[in-house]
Amino acid sequence: MTNRPAMPETHVAHQFETVEQQREADIIGMWTFLATEVMFFGGLILCYTFARFAYPQAFEAASHRLYVGYGGPNTAILLCSSFTMALAVRAAKMGQRNALTAFLGATILLGLAFLAVKGFEYHTDYVEHLVPRVDFKWDGPGARQAEIFFWLYFTLTGLHAVHVTIGIGILATLAWRGRFYAGNDIPVEISGLYWHFVDIVWVFLFPLLYLAGHR
Amino acid sequence: MKRAPASLVTYISVFVGLIVLLLITVAAAYIDLGQFNLPIALGISVAKTLLIVLFFMHLREGARLTWIVAGAGFFWLMILLFLAMADYATRHWGVQAAPF
Repeated sequence: MTNRPAMPETHVAHQFETVEQQREADIIGMWTFLATEVMFFGGLILCYTFARFAYPQAFEAASHRLYVGYGGPNTAILLCSSFTMALAVRAAKMGQRNALTAFLGATILLGLAFLAVKGFEYHTDYVEHLVPRVDFKWDGPGARQAEIFFWLYFTLTGLHAVHVTIGIGILATLAWRGRFYAGNDIPVEISGLYWHFVDIVWVFLFPLLYLAGHR
Repeated sequence: MKRAPASLVTYISVFVGLIVLLLITVAAAYIDLGQFNLPIALGISVAKTLLIVLFFMHLREGARLTWIVAGAGFFWLMILLFLAMADYATRHWGVQAAPF
């Protein structure tokens, strides 16, 4: 393997002295944005924590109505997509343009598969009368408390799905533009940071929502 | 200067680790461990997060300032969760007066 990069060298903006300094600034900027995203999801996680603390039985009963058969495979799909994303970043760093496009494509497809499974799952939830304010029927005690669980479920997974959709858009733009002027690996690296973050959000949503009541 | 990217073996090992942790977390959820089910599930999620953050998000070889920013996000989340829940958990009227 030659060391000659298949992509042109990075352009250094005038406020930076070196490529390395610019690279660090870009990465720290993305991490700062992700810290605000932690706060964004954190507020809802706090709602969940309080409500589960206040209504433990209702939350376990409500969680029992979700299907691990949807949530589990979807977790695996997202973990696979993080793996292909990491390989895309690696390909970008090594200047392998074809591998970069292939891994970005694989990540996009896995993201779409995740959204498709989520769509089927939402449909199942609707058929089973589990959508608050739209069609919610609950037999047994704690109907309003269970409704709070499902409100949190739809809000958290809905916002997460929006993030996945935005991520797919970003990766598609990278894959499209990368074919013509793959400038450097920083755009791929920081888009990867966003994609991995969205994966981490799901890593916590999965046990909190799906696994709370299966024992 | 560009650092050499991590080896393929590293990425594959991390990925296998993540899938194994996923299988453990699903299996553990079906065993009744009383009050330990939730801490175990969250502990596994934290372990997965560390794998993703350190290896896939390259925090391991990241700058000191990146560590501080990532740590600050985590620290402020803990303030949000722990201080708020400490309040709800220690006021005798908190949960009893819950609205529903």
